[in-house]
Amino acid sequence: MTTLTPVLTRNWDQPGSFTLEGYGEYAAARKALSQDPDAIIQMVKDSGLRGRGGAGFPTGMKWGFIPQNDGKAHYLVVNADESEPGTCKDIPLMMANPHALVEGVIITSYAIRANHAFIYVRGEVLHVIRRVQAAVREAYEKGYLGKDIFGSGYDLELVVHSGAGAYICGEETALLDSLEGHRGQPRLKPPFPAVAGLYACPTVINNVESVASVPSIVANGADWFASMGTEKSKGFGIFSLSGHVTRPGQYEAPLGITLRELLDMAGGIRAGHELKFWTPGGSSTPIFTAEHLDVPLDFESVGAKGSMLGTRALQIFDETTCVVRTVLRWTEFYAHESCGKCTPCREGTYWLKQVLKRLEKGQGSEEDLATITDIADNILGRSFCALGDGATSCIHSSVKLFRDEYLKHFEIGGCPFDPAASTVWGSK
Amino acid sequence: MNEEESATMSTGYPPEVRERLETDAKEIIGRYPKARSALLPLLHLVQSEDGYVSDAGYEFCAEMLGLSKAEVVGVATFYTMYKRKPAGDYNVGVCINALCAVMGGDQIWDELSEHVGVGHDETTSDGKVTLERLECNAACDFAPVMMVNWEFFDNQTPESAKQLVDDLRAGKEVVPTRGPGKLCTFKEAARVLAGLPDGLAGEGPSAAGPSLEGLKVAKAHGWEAPGGAVSDR
Repeated sequence: MTTLTPVLTRNWDQPGSFTLEGYGEYAAARKALSQDPDAIIQMVKDSGLRGRGGAGFPTGMKWGFIPQNDGKAHYLVVNADESEPGTCKDIPLMMANPHALVEGVIITSYAIRANHAFIYVRGEVLHVIRRVQAAVREAYEKGYLGKDIFGSGYDLELVVHSGAGAYICGEETALLDSLEGHRGQPRLKPPFPAVAGLYACPTVINNVESVASVPSIVANGADWFASMGTEKSKGFGIFSLSGHVTRPGQYEAPLGITLRELLDMAGGIRAGHELKFWTPGGSSTPIFTAEHLDVPLDFESVGAKGSMLGTRALQIFDETTCVVRTVLRWTEFYAHESCGKCTPCREGTYWLKQVLKRLEKGQGSEEDLATITDIADNILGRSFCALGDGATSCIHSSVKLFRDEYLKHFEIGGCPFDPAASTVWGSK
Repeated sequence: MNEEESATMSTGYPPEVRERLETDAKEIIGRYPKARSALLPLLHLVQSEDGYVSDAGYEFCAEMLGLSKAEVVGVATFYTMYKRKPAGDYNVGVCINALCAVMGGDQIWDELSEHVGVGHDETTSDGKVTLERLECNAACDFAPVMMVNWEFFDNQTPESAKQLVDDLRAGKEVVPTRGPGKLCTFKEAARVLAGLPDGLAGEGPSAAGPSLEGLKVAKAHGWEAPGGAVSDR
């Protein structure tokens, strides 16, 4: 049986966990700054930490791509633009434990030889922004940021930057354009940000949870981190359960835990109902069903079953939920958030939305299923960035797994489900 | 309106407002290696002055950063948080993304919109409340979620939503579920987003409700990370 491993969430129930007094004295950063930066990169490589923002790229390797002694400024940019539907881990993390992030920023910036770092937080979370601003201010006041940190001779400036409402800015190069004061549209790669990122300088962009995990690795060692998780997906991560669950919430566990185990801890599916479908890692990951309850939630196992671990955003829907309606709403989201830069995504998401609206009302035909599949085929792999790819996940997986439910809509000329039954109060 | 006032309206802010905004803007610009990076914060700043991004606001940002007004407008219109027309003191959002919609967000929106008598991006005639259909606001474990001036109002129902808006319009005190002890106005919120803190970070809980469920389970079972995991003390 897998058990929970609270590290980042460990102090969340303490009043004042978000203050320096409640957090601690940045012992890991002190330790790190007394070592060679390359030793820190090696330690993070050895730990097996992989990006917690969805893609799962090895964090230490990403840091290692930054060219050294190139005479250019280096930058660390923390991607705190958490907006993927279902994903809700970085926001409570920054609200309750912002110093873990700030300490991680210091260590990461030191390792990649950056003297300027940014935390790009989505703008729609005012109190989280206050907490991060306050944590940064406290760190400055203590001399943990600024000039000659811990007497090491190392200087670091850290800026908290608020976004302004655009899911696409979670895409790392769109985030950079936004941070440079432009519309947030993705850039062509290569060059990759490690070579030409912010202001065309070498830049590391890491997710909040990735960076916040770094102090625990420095404090406890790479082996400690690697002792958790599975062979290729090491360590712990926050699993976010939402939807028709008895006790939704944040469950910090080793990678490789299963939904069945998590549901046991969360009191199961809400009383009197059963699991119908779920996303393993946000709306951009193909949906799973009860058949997948025992799939280890690590990068490899979820991938082998045709989905993606993503951000461990487990959105759980019971049998009262209409798949077609849910897919329509996700699709409306992608159409709304498509930045308009590339044609497949801009036009494709628009047309998917139109056809799905008709399908949901029961005014479609079986041919429409071929049409949405065809549109999705023309978006996937042909879009400028991963937003377009993500938009196709729920289309392909839902048509494959719930074709009969789509057909039922045309047969009866409407939606066979009562939306009231799915609501929180509808089951009472 | 005399000639001087009309000239001020077309060319920007009155001198005393401009002076104050300039002081703030220079501080913000100074944080960035390149000035243009301050554009999003400056747009939040002018929104904190006017409650939306006014013509004067566009011009101010352009002047401060050496950009054309068209460049500033081009950026501002990309982002949904910048209002293009005067908005209410309270921006009331209902999450209608898939999960919240299914959990009751759709019903909340329908009932609230009918109750208030305005639709998406529309403001009540008293100028108090603007309604907005929101996409996912990263609080899915608290579904259905509403946001007022970007503070969390978790676990809403149609009844609580209508009461909330009635209270806001009646000037009663309204408290976010995870946030400070008092709700600030849309303009005040925009100032924090510009990077100018309001000193309220210490208020409200560290975490609440669902955020703590996993930790509670771990504690009840005595589960820890290997070796008890020193975090940082």
